[in-house]
Amino acid sequence: MSKSVKLAAIILLALSAPAWAQSKKTDKPRLYGIGQPATPEQIAGWNIDVRPDGQGAPPGHGSVKEGEKIFLERCAACHGEFGESAGRWPQLAEGKGTLTSDNPVKTVGSYFPYLSSVVDYVRRAMPFGDAQSLTNDELYAVVAFVLNLNDLVDDKFVLSKETWNKVKMPNANGFYDDDRLKTEKAFWNAKPCMKDCRPPVKITMHAAVIDVTPEDTTKGAPAKDKAPKKGSVD
Amino acid sequence: MIKDDDKTRTSRRRFLAGATGLTAGLAAAGVTGVAQANDKNLPPNVADWSKSLGDGVAVRPYGHPSKFEKNVIRRDVQWLTASRESSVSFTPLHDLDGIITPNGLCFERHHGGIAEVDPHDYRLMIHGLVERPLIFTLEDLKRLPRVNKIYFLECAANSGMEWRGAQLNGCQYTHGMIHCVQYTGVPLKLLLEQAGVKPNGKWLLVEGGDASGLDRSLPLEKALDDCMIAYRMNGEMLRPEQGYPARLVVPGWQGNMWIKWIRRIKVGDQPWYTREETSKYTDLMPSGKARKFTFEMDAKSVITSPSPQAPLTRKGFTVISGLAWTGRGKVKRVDVSLDGGRNWRTAKIDGPVLDKACVRFYAEIEWNGEPLLLQSRAMDETGYVQPTKDALRKIRGVNSIYHNNGIQTWALKANGEVENVEVG
Ligand code: HEC
Repeated sequence: MSKSVKLAAIILLALSAPAWAQSKKTDKPRLYGIGQPATPEQIAGWNIDVRPDGQGAPPGHGSVKEGEKIFLERCAACHGEFGESAGRWPQLAEGKGTLTSDNPVKTVGSYFPYLSSVVDYVRRAMPFGDAQSLTNDELYAVVAFVLNLNDLVDDKFVLSKETWNKVKMPNANGFYDDDRLKTEKAFWNAKPCMKDCRPPVKITMHAAVIDVTPEDTTKGAPAKDKAPKKGSVD
Repeated sequence: MIKDDDKTRTSRRRFLAGATGLTAGLAAAGVTGVAQANDKNLPPNVADWSKSLGDGVAVRPYGHPSKFEKNVIRRDVQWLTASRESSVSFTPLHDLDGIITPNGLCFERHHGGIAEVDPHDYRLMIHGLVERPLIFTLEDLKRLPRVNKIYFLECAANSGMEWRGAQLNGCQYTHGMIHCVQYTGVPLKLLLEQAGVKPNGKWLLVEGGDASGLDRSLPLEKALDDCMIAYRMNGEMLRPEQGYPARLVVPGWQGNMWIKWIRRIKVGDQPWYTREETSKYTDLMPSGKARKFTFEMDAKSVITSPSPQAPLTRKGFTVISGLAWTGRGKVKRVDVSLDGGRNWRTAKIDGPVLDKACVRFYAEIEWNGEPLLLQSRAMDETGYVQPTKDALRKIRGVNSIYHNNGIQTWALKANGEVENVEVG
């Protein structure tokens, strides 16, 4: 490279020196010009959520009768013909009056507070393994049938945006806001006990006795089918 | 006689299986402390690896742990769920130290299996009560200013199987629905600013792009505080199991809200009450009513070693090691008890103490082979002290499934074995 060419290159560089992104302190958030506008069509394809007040509920309708057929074909293999669960899949019906018992059975009828929680979920996630395959009419029908299994609507019921508010969910008032800061205030304790905090302790329960821990198969031990005493991850 | 023999053999096999390795198990049985080794590799002899060449560079283009560490893996409990596509695998906490979880060992919780999202086809949509509905590509997200943050993620159902008493024998199973990694990503606040949230926007619906389309309601206040859309963990791109190519990070709050494969954020003026925040992730109390929106994870800790899968192999000097965390800020202190909670000593915290991240604690003991009842108790900067399981049950009963942060007891036996127990 000749001296003059080199010099020209340096001058050019100096002229087009890259600009540091401005980071002026202002109250207005900075817009980066990154991201594309989402069109109404794009939004419509993904906008599938449904709220308790019916916002987001799609057009269409479906009857208990139509729903029974769909349920038997597309849901009953896992959830059972009557929503009683075929095996270990979630149970969808019954369970009334069990929430204070030793074995609460949480179902659409016994636990779900809102119709929308069922519609929104089935619309996005069911049937398991073939999600978002139901038409709006099928969705309304199959949910109507699940409601019917739970004795929440009669055999002639047709579910739609218009009949939405007719469904009364028994456990609608079964929930309250997180109150740990109040009801568990005693757990905030600046000076936890360090010495002689309780009488000598006894072992009251052994996990090994229950023996439901999976064996470590990485070391050649065969896996055994173990039966739970009680348990759930959700 | 034969029967008895059989019995000892099975229980022994079980014990060996639970130990970190064959050697550890053998030694533990007699607490002799002699590790099994091959004499030909020991001084004065010279081992093969000291003489011949090993693999060259790039023979292992993406490096894996040593072949001798192949039992350090996630595990599941098959009786827990009907299918592996909606299930959980657990972090092997007993085999780890420090505060960072290696990417391949972070526990998994999927509701519709692992979505394999092509990064070119990844889109994040922001709409609803905003001035400018927007769609971001992965490349867009990566061009924006980013931050690096270390946070723990704990499933609200971690320890959920233990409400009715000691059940699973290993801290991988009792406490392994937690991991702690460094995330790289865009503050959610910055993304929301690009779209311009309208004044009546109060809640966000956040939704995954997997086959469960998992959706949750997130208060706008939290979103603007410290949430982020992360695309990297521990420096590399997210693992598919953790939501590749982008997930929501909700520091200190229950893992179910950390939407993986996140595809959509909708701004609204009230919560949605989705199935995941009504039928699930609500805490049923003895009254038959349930707490909802119990977002924050209470302070909690567990001794990871010794523990049922990590028995002691020797008497003498021993380091007790464990993890502590809190969703309400920083861990302030961890105490350890050797006698089931009668007397406590403050443990040493080593390594960084970060907001809503795991801390590592140690307590040093001289173990003479006497049985011990090991416990740890975390305190956080808000003054919250991890309660006993009985104290928790007194308020919450045994049906809440979620948020079991009670003090764990491990019974260390004379032969070095450790068992999950309850004390009273
Ligand atoms: C292959 C098995 C399978 C089929 C078929 C199936 N489901 Fe499900 N269903 C599941 C599983 C698994 C879950 C729980 C998933 C999870 O929690 O991650 C579930 C959950 C549900 C729930 C929520 C239950 C609760 O208590 O929260 C409803 C409602 C439901 N299914 C309705 C349906 C309907 C309606 C159909 C048919 C259109 C259907 N399911 C088909 C497996 C199935």
